[in-house]
Parts: sequence; C-alpha cells; structure tokens
Amino acid sequence: MREEGMTPGPPEHGPSPTIWPLGFAVGIAVALVGLIVDPMVIASIGAVIAIVFGFLWARDATSEMRRAAPTVTAEVREATPAEAAAMPEAKPAPEKMQRSRFLEGATLGLGGIIGGLVTLPVAGFALLPSFLGQKGHKVDMGPVDAYPIGKWFISTFTVDPSEGEVSRRTAFVRNNGAVGNNVPSFTIISNRCAHLGCPVQANGPTGAILGEKNVTEHTVNGAILLRPVVPAGFGCPCHGGQYDTEGNRTAGPPVRALDRYSFEIDNGHLVLLSTFSVSHVVGVGAQAKIYKYKLSGPGQHVDGPEQWFYPLEPPHH
Amino acid sequence: MAIRREPSRAQVRREQMLAAATYPLDWLEERSGLVGGVKYFLFRKVPSDTNWMQTLGSATLTAFLVQAVTGVILAMYYKPSPHDAYSSIQNITDHLTMGWLVRGMHKWGASVFIILMFLHMGRVFLFGAYKYPRELNWIIGVLLLVLGLTAGFTGYLLPWDQTAYWASVVGINLNGTAPFVGPWLAQFLRSGQEINGNTLSLFYSLHMLVIPAGIISLITLHLYLVIRLGVTSPPWSREAAGREVVEEPSTVRTGLTRPAPHGGASGGSD
Repeated sequence: MREEGMTPGPPEHGPSPTIWPLGFAVGIAVALVGLIVDPMVIASIGAVIAIVFGFLWARDATSEMRRAAPTVTAEVREATPAEAAAMPEAKPAPEKMQRSRFLEGATLGLGGIIGGLVTLPVAGFALLPSFLGQKGHKVDMGPVDAYPIGKWFISTFTVDPSEGEVSRRTAFVRNNGAVGNNVPSFTIISNRCAHLGCPVQANGPTGAILGEKNVTEHTVNGAILLRPVVPAGFGCPCHGGQYDTEGNRTAGPPVRALDRYSFEIDNGHLVLLSTFSVSHVVGVGAQAKIYKYKLSGPGQHVDGPEQWFYPLEPPHH
Repeated sequence: MAIRREPSRAQVRREQMLAAATYPLDWLEERSGLVGGVKYFLFRKVPSDTNWMQTLGSATLTAFLVQAVTGVILAMYYKPSPHDAYSSIQNITDHLTMGWLVRGMHKWGASVFIILMFLHMGRVFLFGAYKYPRELNWIIGVLLLVLGLTAGFTGYLLPWDQTAYWASVVGINLNGTAPFVGPWLAQFLRSGQEINGNTLSLFYSLHMLVIPAGIISLITLHLYLVIRLGVTSPPWSREAAGREVVEEPSTVRTGLTRPAPHGGASGGSD
C-alpha cells in the first residue's frame, strides 16, 4: 500500500503479456525432443516454430524502440537587454585549439601504432606455437614376430623419449595375419576414450592370470612393454564408456568408436604412424570395414548432424 | 567567561606524543592524499540495517588475498617442469619448514574462495542487489567468477600427479567439445596436439600471472563501483521503503563505521 507523500510509480511496468514467448518455448522443447526422436524432421519443425515465434517476440518487444522518435524543438526565449549585454559574443575557435587537437590525434595514433607493433608479435607468439609446426612421431614397436597372430597385447610406449613419461601412450595391438597379396594386417586401437580422453582399459585377464609372460622390446623409442590380454572389450574407468574389441561403442557416453593408429612395416618392425578417428567398424579383424575420419578430439562427433558443430579443426599432423 | 587553565605537564606530554605519532601520517597525507583516500574507502556510510550476509564480499576478497600471498610464496619453491614439478611439491610438503601449512592454505583456500564467491553471488541475487544501477557490477562479478574457476582449473594441473594429469585431460577435452571454437581452445590449452611439458608451463603462467592480474584488475573495478554506488539495504528494509526512519538510540556507542548521531563527538554513555 502506498503512503501519502510518495511519488506513484509509472502505471505500466513493461510491455503487456504476449503469447510469443510461450510459442518460442514450445518450439525449443519440440526441437530438443526432436533431437532425440528424429533430428531431421521433428527437430527442424521445432526450430522453425522457435525461429518464427522468436522473431515475432523480438518484433513485439522492440516495437517501442523502432517507433519514430518524437521531434522536440529547443526552447527559445528572447533575452532581456541585461542578459544580452552579459553574454559574450561567440568567437571562432582560436588557432591554438586546432593544434592541440592535432597533437591529441597524433599522440593517440602513434601510441596505437606502437602498441600494435608490440602487441601483434607477442600475441602471435602466445597463440601460434600451439597450432603451427605440430610434428608427428613414428614409434618403433619392435619386430612383427613379437606379435603372434590373433593375440591381443596391451602395449605401452613413449612417443617422444625426449619428452619423457608425459608422452607415454597405450595401444591395444592384435596381429590379424597377412591378407590378400601378403599384406600385413594389424588392429591397433588407441586407449584414449572417445568421451573425454581418459585411459580405456581392457576388460579381461592379463599376463600373470593367463599364465603368460609380459614381454619388453627395446627399440629406438626405448622400452616397449607388451602385456598379453584376452579382452572381452574395453571400458573406461572415468565415466563408464564401454567398447567391443573392434573399438565400437557399446554403452555409456562416448560419441564414436575408439581412435586407431595407422602403421607400416619397416625392416620387419611394426611402426606406428599417426592416429585417426573412427565412427564405427563393421566386421572383425582383417575383414573389418573401418569408417575412417580425420583425427578429432574426444567428445567430438565425426558423423551425423552433430559433426556440423566442428566445421574447422585446428591444424595437426 | 571560561577560565583558561594552564595544561598540566602530563597533558602537554600527551599532545607531544600524539603529534609525533601522527607526523608520518600527516606527511603522507600532505603529499599524496592517501590517508584521506583510505579513510574515505573504509569509513563510508552504509545503510543502518545492513546484514551479516553483506560481509561475504569482503570475506571473498580476504580469501583471494590469502591465495595471492600463499601463491607468491609457493612460487618461490615450485618448479614448473615435467621432471621437477612433482618432486618440488613433495619437497614443499615434506621438507621445507611450514611448507605443508602454506601449501595446505593455498589448496584448501582455493575451495574456500570459490565457495565464498558463490555465496556472495547468491546474497547479491537474493537481495536484488544486481538491479539498477548495479548491473555492471554483477557483470564484473560474473567475469570474476569465470576467472576464479579458471584459476582453480589451471592450478589443479600444477602438482603434476595422476589426479592432476587426468583431471586436466578431461577438463581440456570438455572445453574441446564446445561447438566451433572448442577444438581450437583445447589445442591452445594443451599447447599443442597432446599434453606435454609446455602445457605445464602454460598453465603455470596463466595460473600465477595472467589470471591473478585479471582478477586484481576486476576486483579494483568491482570495489570502485561498490564505493560509487553504495551498499544496498536488505529487501525487507523498512527504512529503504520509506516507511520508518530508524533512530539510533542515544545509548548506542559510536564506532569507526557508525557515525555519531546529530554530529555529536561521542554517543557513549559510560
């Protein structure tokens, strides 16, 4: 209740209620449901509803602003003789002002140029090394004979021995034997989870439990540890992502299959090259059809409409 | 007509001592105006019905100052290289005198800082203190929150143990899933395609130079706006609603922050 002596507030606090926000919310809800049910049709319908109602809402909300501003004429009154006498005559701006304005501009301009000259290379140094000159490393994994056909190994190795332990990686390696015209076939799956990059583990008994010994191969990349394993699949300890033995996602939050290493056989040695991303794999082992994509970060879709969120990947090897 | 009495010797001595004590402050004030400035900053008028909840902002500031001081001292002993980082943390914790304490203050203080920021934010929201004319200060506060969280994220990698490494892997990859800019942001944070020694240096530099500089600048702006716009009354304030003027009872002692009513020198009744 207002009391005496207080100025009453404006009668209206804002625009009168409209139906547009409701329609907008319905559109968003339909679009979100559509993303799960049918990304192409239902989500598009929801998006159209949201855009149409959003546009109408925005038009309604800004109608007052877009109205032509009322013209207001300045109030003019005749000066009394005393006032007229007291008013000094308007004089043209003195020459001095022009010079000070020039100096002001020159100081700001020169300061800006000097600032730019200093800032640009520094900003370049701060940002560019992360993106340019990314070098790939080959990893010598030891002689092919160390990998009996059809057996899985958890192999750990340092990608760049000069970097030390921080470059230690793990891959699941299986020799599929030669196919066709004596072409070697290996399944080499990266243990970087396709959800957020945690280390995926093999679901199955390893070395000692199997009654088999771990093998250490010494190569130019230092010691390569090979642990025999019989995996039923692979699982991530962080958020529970599960994969089958070809790296296909079977459960949990990952958005695609596990990444794989490309490889070559050099002088009878298995050599790992760069990694690539995989949406899914059909078939098993040497007969598998691998849907291969450029390496993407964990959590990034490589297929489906979600891939449109990542149109431009940063440069890498 | 008042009778002038000669001041006693004790009185004279007291005045001389007072003059000697205030001389450095007067010297400083005359040349810089800093004493007046500090007084203006500390002894501002606030609404009489301010609340304990309104101390959360200064509590957050205190938490930040603790982080700044302990962080500077930790930086004297920490070595941001992949080979030495973990062992230097062990050295700080296990061998250097009081190192465990300072590191503990920094580690737990980080959580205190973040929690206090959220509590302060909640207070401002529930009191409606973000409304006109204080919207800009809310925005600065949001930026401070982002910087505070970034400080926590970058600091988490520095112990360079398994927890630190994998938390940073997951955190960076989370950033990497942001549409359009995510992969670029992630590669910048990793200092390349994979986490390496440069990632540690980058996080160290961000954690102890870039982010604190940003936080200090924004806190300065934040406080400037607090002083310029004043402190809000609680939403239930009858005084702010113009319904009732709270008169200070004459028995209430005046203090540093409570000016004496009616211009009296002291409201004490002792």
